[in-house]
Amino acid sequence: MPRKTAVAARNALRSIRHHGFGLIASFLFVAPIAWSALVSFKPSAEAARPPLPPWPVEGFSTQSYQNLAHYGVGVWTYAGNSLVVSAATVVATVIVSLLAGYGFSRFQFPLKNALFVLIISTVMIPFQSILTPLFLILTRLGLQNTLPGIVLIYVTLQMPFSIFMMRNAFDAVPKEIEDAARVDGASVLLVLRRIMLPLVLPGVATVAIFAFLASWNEFLAALILLTDQKKYTLPVMMAAVRSGQFGTIDWGAVQSGVMLMMAPCLVLFLLLQRYYIRGLTAGAVK
Amino acid sequence: MTQSQTSQGHTPRRRGARLRRKQMVGLLFVAPAVLLVLVFFVVPLGMAFWMSLHNWPLLGRPRFIGFANYANLMQDERFWAAMRFTVYYTVIVTIAIFAVAFPLALFVEKARPLTRFYRTAFFLPVVIGFGSASLLWAWLMNVDVGLFSPLAFRLGLTEKPVNLLAGFDTTFWSIVVMVVWKTAGFNMIILLTGLQGISSEVQEAARMDGASYGQRFRRITLPLMRRTIALALILSVAGSILAFDQFYIIADGGPQNSTVTAVYWIFSQSFVSFRLGYGSAMSMVLLVLLVTISVVQLRLLRTPEGM
Repeated sequence: MPRKTAVAARNALRSIRHHGFGLIASFLFVAPIAWSALVSFKPSAEAARPPLPPWPVEGFSTQSYQNLAHYGVGVWTYAGNSLVVSAATVVATVIVSLLAGYGFSRFQFPLKNALFVLIISTVMIPFQSILTPLFLILTRLGLQNTLPGIVLIYVTLQMPFSIFMMRNAFDAVPKEIEDAARVDGASVLLVLRRIMLPLVLPGVATVAIFAFLASWNEFLAALILLTDQKKYTLPVMMAAVRSGQFGTIDWGAVQSGVMLMMAPCLVLFLLLQRYYIRGLTAGAVK
Repeated sequence: MTQSQTSQGHTPRRRGARLRRKQMVGLLFVAPAVLLVLVFFVVPLGMAFWMSLHNWPLLGRPRFIGFANYANLMQDERFWAAMRFTVYYTVIVTIAIFAVAFPLALFVEKARPLTRFYRTAFFLPVVIGFGSASLLWAWLMNVDVGLFSPLAFRLGLTEKPVNLLAGFDTTFWSIVVMVVWKTAGFNMIILLTGLQGISSEVQEAARMDGASYGQRFRRITLPLMRRTIALALILSVAGSILAFDQFYIIADGGPQNSTVTAVYWIFSQSFVSFRLGYGSAMSMVLLVLLVTISVVQLRLLRTPEGM
């Protein structure tokens, strides 16, 4: 009997130690995000003081967001640019990689393996090293300093990961399923849309999340390729706010901008965590 | 439709035509992707090399100068400073990330109460962008309105407010802490997949034989995770060599250009000074470095699991 209580006490102690560590570590990882979120709802004057305590003392306020709205041509224009770029990147990436994944999975054609290796191997090459030629190519195409131009770059950067994911997704679907449909006389595109698409939807979700996060958060290419202030995406605009390009730095406004940039990523991740982690581990397991 | 079905594959010529048609369909499916990669990746890659052999101003005619850009690069003290700093940062930040990510992976390995919550919490900073994270930490590090300096001051740890961005060391280590915060969760998940790949029977058998936790970790866990560790290591090294956002947004390359990374240097040569050829030469050096790392990565991943 005393031995049993000793074991129980030791287990309880272990559990306290375990969760003590877990909760402190969780706090450290979440705190900066929470701190920023809380400060973004302080009145401007309070946000210009050190965030101790982090929560608004002088009342909840959306003043920082309103101040941010007046930077440059207005934050909603920049948020709109970001949204258009990300949405277009997601849609285009899904369509192009869906088609290519199907092609690489189900058809035989000349140079098939060479083309697949070509696309996948671009993952090894840092896009940072080809930004100057990309700038010149987009200029030649009349797409420099345009949102469609940057979308084309983002879609291309998503190709190796997305096509790898989609080909694997199609490979996992038994051939008999589409053979049956083909015998019934359905066209290739109809089979892809009606029969295959629902079966590879988890892969599409993974591809879409990665395309969204990458394009929503991308900074360097946008900084270089978007030269007109009206075309800025949120990260470029916020970096300009931080560097004082729009006058004195209003730190409350910076926090509201950070919230605007973070919120969609956090919400999307919390809702679709499963598909995100699947994409992450696909590379690790292979 | 009915006709093609009745005559299906009757003559060799027809069969050949059908095969060619099927091949064409396959090519059409992959064509958009191939076109994108050719126009926006392969062509620019060739151009980058071509440009690196020229004196290439933004406006005006490029002049072919052979390998002079590369020769100048070797003499350029600021190029070497950027390379040295990038390597220094990569080594330090990779060690720091592993020192945090490995314990976290071990911590969240077994399914216990709250484990899912812990995994999500540690992973949260990974999904926000480097841009947002940098803006957030630029504020936390600010001497007047930030968190760290006022907090340390109020707790009596410092005698007066400390401007973290004033000196190299405080700037550098603050950014290292920020990057660890931002990326530890990513490496935790990668390492976790490796940990979960080790069969619990092996661990159990070793425990029955009286192996201590430390022994099991060194003799079983680490060797069996070699591939996963190599993958996480190389992803972290490649990512760190290409670092830009945090040094640009938080420190503006300062103080006194002491935190200018390789990509930052290419950026300022190409798009601030508009020496496009010179910037391209540096790009090619960076590219060779990273491709070498990736090839090593593939090698390591191909070797059989285990010892």
